[in-house]
Amino acid sequence: MDAPAIAARGLTMRFNGFLAVDGVDLEIERGELFGLLGPNGAGKSTIIKMLTTMLRPSAGSAAVWGYDIKRERDAVRSSIGVVFQDPSVDSQLSGRENLDFHGRMYGMDRKTRTDRIAEVLELVDLTDKADVLMEDYSGGMQRRLEIARGLMHHPAVLFLDEPTLGLDAQTRRYIWRYIERMNEEEGVTVVLTTHYMEEADHLCERVAIIDQGRIVALDSPERLKDLIGADIVTLEVDDSVTDEQVGALSDLEGVEAVDRAGSTLRLSVDRSEARIPEIVLAASRAELLIRSVTMHEPTLEDVFLKFTGKKIREAESAGAGRMAAVQSRMRTRRH
Amino acid sequence: MISINIYAIYSLWLREMIRFFRLKSRVVGSLAPPFFFLAFLGFGFGSAVMPAIPEGVGYASFLAPGIIGMTLLFSSTFGGLSMLWDREFGFLREIMVAPVSRLSIVIGRTAGGVTTAVMQGLIILVPGVAMGLEIPGLPAFLLALVFMLLIATTFNSLGLAFASRMKDMSGFSLIMNFMVFPVFLLSGALFPISNLPGWLQTLALFNPLTYGVDGLRGSLIGVSAFPLALNLLILAGSSVAALSLGAYLFEKSDVE
Repeated sequence: MDAPAIAARGLTMRFNGFLAVDGVDLEIERGELFGLLGPNGAGKSTIIKMLTTMLRPSAGSAAVWGYDIKRERDAVRSSIGVVFQDPSVDSQLSGRENLDFHGRMYGMDRKTRTDRIAEVLELVDLTDKADVLMEDYSGGMQRRLEIARGLMHHPAVLFLDEPTLGLDAQTRRYIWRYIERMNEEEGVTVVLTTHYMEEADHLCERVAIIDQGRIVALDSPERLKDLIGADIVTLEVDDSVTDEQVGALSDLEGVEAVDRAGSTLRLSVDRSEARIPEIVLAASRAELLIRSVTMHEPTLEDVFLKFTGKKIREAESAGAGRMAAVQSRMRTRRH
Repeated sequence: MISINIYAIYSLWLREMIRFFRLKSRVVGSLAPPFFFLAFLGFGFGSAVMPAIPEGVGYASFLAPGIIGMTLLFSSTFGGLSMLWDREFGFLREIMVAPVSRLSIVIGRTAGGVTTAVMQGLIILVPGVAMGLEIPGLPAFLLALVFMLLIATTFNSLGLAFASRMKDMSGFSLIMNFMVFPVFLLSGALFPISNLPGWLQTLALFNPLTYGVDGLRGSLIGVSAFPLALNLLILAGSSVAALSLGAYLFEKSDVE
């Protein structure tokens, strides 16, 4: 049987005592479109950097396409394509020249390069921009060219680190379509990181939710959302809400759980559209003032909340703070 | 295990060529200082008698090889340091994630940086000839070309070595002002080093560019302070040493 596309055991990265990645076990099948979802600073990019040989893990091991990331670095590098989070093109070269450079670095001969450049440009709809200098590309076009470049040498696994970061909604949808298309047409295994819930939900066959360097949940988006089960009804209420008032709501039929965060109550409710009138009546019987009611079907945001006890944005500011502290410590060390 | 990827070396070299011919204004900008040095010092001191310049050699002819050395020093150091830009703009990651040995990357970058530096040195040769420099013949020219290659290799590699140790661009002007300028002024490019006080002369003897400028002078105007073979030997040694240092530090540097 073929080795999985990626197999990691206890993958760990420590920067000056700070655990950026904490013993990650991960198995990704060949041909899968897999997502690492989590807030900034959760360790997603660090995992990608280790798997793409850009960082050496402090502990643990991993194999990409059957090759060990520590001992068989060049074999790993030959098997992968990488689209980095930050731009990585030569802005003084045209799109075609950037692709040509890339092809030569991967040992492709002229004929192979010419044919393949035409193919990948077609895939990302940049054929007519091939000879424009990169500095005249828009952000979205540049990202598309980087995706084309990542595919150029027929990698077995393509890594995309935050592929739609900073792009507008329309460009984001285009990029999603290209990613899906190349996963289907080229059969390439795709591993992407994102902190956009809807991106992971829309694109990925399986998602690993990452927080503080650990995988807290891993499954298909549907099954993850099924863990929440019911719909979410969010009530904005008075600050003075009491435990008895909360109890009155959680006793209702169909209400599976009530989480309280300050003046916000989050109710997990089965068939919520039918239950809302009862919830509002029960609240008014308990003399609880409701300021607003919203309901939605479970999202990956709710899954994240369930497993980490916080919203992804809150985790993000905490995570960013952690990263900033580490970076300033690392700077201090260097000088 | 040492492996060399010819395609990758060619790719890195070709990139430098494309950039060189595309960024003409940058090339013009980097050629302006040596051109002005040559023109104004050459005309200004042209009729002055400077001690230790052999009889029958005009100052402009004496100066021209020195200014070619200066051009090579500045452009090749800059070429080596240009890795800082690649790191800043992310292109270094594209290079580093490729299945290519680090040694091939160093060779490719160096080949590109050396070629562009030597081309600039050759361009400065033109006004030098216009100001009275007479090239004795093809063998002399080819010998001068060898000196140009060795000067460029030495300083391109040193630039790469520095760039590998620096985290960001802030050290760039420090290197240019505190390393490159003293190396230039202490190389005998503008005046014979025998005019310097003893301790400064000693310092100049540790400067690879001293032997580069002297070698260029020996091959282009037939006058040198040291034997040409000695110049050649020392410069070849400094090229190998600097290239090894650059390759070693580059291998050890982080991408991030």
